[in-house]
Amino acid sequence: MRHSLAWNRCSKHGLGRKRSEQIIKGIVFLCLAAFSLTVLLPMWFMLATALKTPQEVFMSPPTWIPTRFVWHNFADAWNAAPFNRYLLNSAFVALFAVGGAVVSNSFVAYGFAKLDFPGRKFWFTIILGTMMIPGFVTMIPQYILFNKLGWVGTFLPLIVPPFFGSAFFIFMLRQFYMTIPNELIESAHIDGANHYYIWWKLIIPMSGPALATVAVLSFNWSWNDFLGPLLYLTDNNSFTLQLGLKLFIGQVHTQWNYLMAVSCLVLLPIIVIFLAFQSYFLEGMNLSGAVKG
Amino acid sequence: MPEEAISFPLSSGISIPDTFYRSGSDDVATQQRSRSRWKKTLTGYSFIAPWLIGFIVFTGGPLLFSLYVSFTNYDVTSRMDWVGLDNFKRMFNSDPLFWKSVYNTLWYVFIGVPFSTVGAILLSTLLSQKVWGAGFFRMLFYMPTVLSGVAVYTLWMQMLGPSTGLVNTILRFFGIDGPAWLSDPAWTKPALVLMRLWSLGTSMMLYLSAMHSVPEQLYEAAEIDGAGRVRRFFIITLPMISPIIFFDIIVSMIGAFQVFQEAYVMSKDNQGGPASSLLFYNLHLFNQAFTNFNMGYAAAMAWFLFLIVMAITLVNMAVSKYWVHYEGGDKR
Repeated sequence: MRHSLAWNRCSKHGLGRKRSEQIIKGIVFLCLAAFSLTVLLPMWFMLATALKTPQEVFMSPPTWIPTRFVWHNFADAWNAAPFNRYLLNSAFVALFAVGGAVVSNSFVAYGFAKLDFPGRKFWFTIILGTMMIPGFVTMIPQYILFNKLGWVGTFLPLIVPPFFGSAFFIFMLRQFYMTIPNELIESAHIDGANHYYIWWKLIIPMSGPALATVAVLSFNWSWNDFLGPLLYLTDNNSFTLQLGLKLFIGQVHTQWNYLMAVSCLVLLPIIVIFLAFQSYFLEGMNLSGAVKG
Repeated sequence: MPEEAISFPLSSGISIPDTFYRSGSDDVATQQRSRSRWKKTLTGYSFIAPWLIGFIVFTGGPLLFSLYVSFTNYDVTSRMDWVGLDNFKRMFNSDPLFWKSVYNTLWYVFIGVPFSTVGAILLSTLLSQKVWGAGFFRMLFYMPTVLSGVAVYTLWMQMLGPSTGLVNTILRFFGIDGPAWLSDPAWTKPALVLMRLWSLGTSMMLYLSAMHSVPEQLYEAAEIDGAGRVRRFFIITLPMISPIIFFDIIVSMIGAFQVFQEAYVMSKDNQGGPASSLLFYNLHLFNQAFTNFNMGYAAAMAWFLFLIVMAITLVNMAVSKYWVHYEGGDKR
């Protein structure tokens, strides 16, 4: 449709019009290309620094391409601290964060989207309200709570709460479930299926893309989480990659080649997942943005 | 995406196992009604139970408890005495670092948010021009948003290096002698604003989808009336996406008030140095709570922040009716 509109415009105003349109598009393209350097250059700089020798790291002005590619910087840096252990811990925490988020949020969201019960509107308003509460307000009493339970120093404060849902995901999935026709659920209900069965056998299989969005986002947040592990993980052996890297900064100070090498490796899973599941990240934005707007 | 997801089970037909079919019940209608109402309520609450329990245990309960703690001198280990308004008095009257942290945070919010909002609108405007490769650029600009955490802060610490960093190298290319960024108290906050500009993907995507939903006819009508590109942007695009701008500003401000990780990781001693120039509100709060274990004082700070954030949201809402345009005139 947009094509035909553009075509109409061209035919109405003649070739001069078309020419100026093309010039403007060219300028826009050049601007975008220039802005894209702000993303690409840091990425390249990170990789290039990771491959440099210690001497070259401190050359001023810095070199854009390492004179010698020191590939074993990656292995050396990774083995200079127990990063394998940190990786395992991060993966463990992320696994629970993703599993908990997918199961609990879709269950709760189904209740809010498709069931009619007294108090539904009230509780949904509360959910939206909780998104406005600064995390630091509940952080201190939560810490006190986990401390009283004896959970500080274990993974429990990081892996248990995801199973109780999160406002953002409940909201997002609810919006998605609202688009499922009620007749579908009613007909299954009339046929005798209860809502748990409908949720499990009917809703879960058809919410693949939405749940993938939840999985991808919750993995990303868990992987990048710094504050949670900082508060609750006290033993070096249970550190996640984020804490391990922070500790590493203190240990090697300005050995930027090592720091950049480890940073590259920590970011790698996120970059791969982003490139592979881009559409789910962006879909998550649309699903949540559609109603907020 | 939703269409696809829905059409799949519809087109393939829902096969419901035979065990589903029960013989029709012969209950009396009224009995059935009150029983089914109960059942409905019970089923509904059983579905939201995970969230409800989590809310009471992890959010609602802690919220009230922290309000109580803010009036005590709780220190995790021993004492928890009622001290009335002492924490708040100390905050306002005898803690110079408190006011320093308020100043730093306000600076970051009121300089950082306008820059990132304008930047996001600019990028999404360029991206909506349907040029070759727009999809690729969109992906590229969004990518820094998913990259966060310590690895990205490390990268920025390297890039902001005074003599070997990327930023100053590029500035030197243009003949500008760049500042010492993270080691110069005057330039630490601008450095964080710069870093913030790197990851405005979330706002950018919001604006982009808002711009796509602006009806094409509006632009055509304006074009026929002789409005140029720039004028069309100001008289059509901006008013039409103003609800999203409003929403984005509120969310960004709430987020910016809570800036913490960057400052914690990137300031040399985790204390907001040099010269406390990166001592943001939440960093001061964190140090009070988990370095000095002044939990009561920290809880008081947290509640003060909560009130400020709510007040700013309310002010935004009150002011919004003067500049936010809702299509169809319905106030949301």
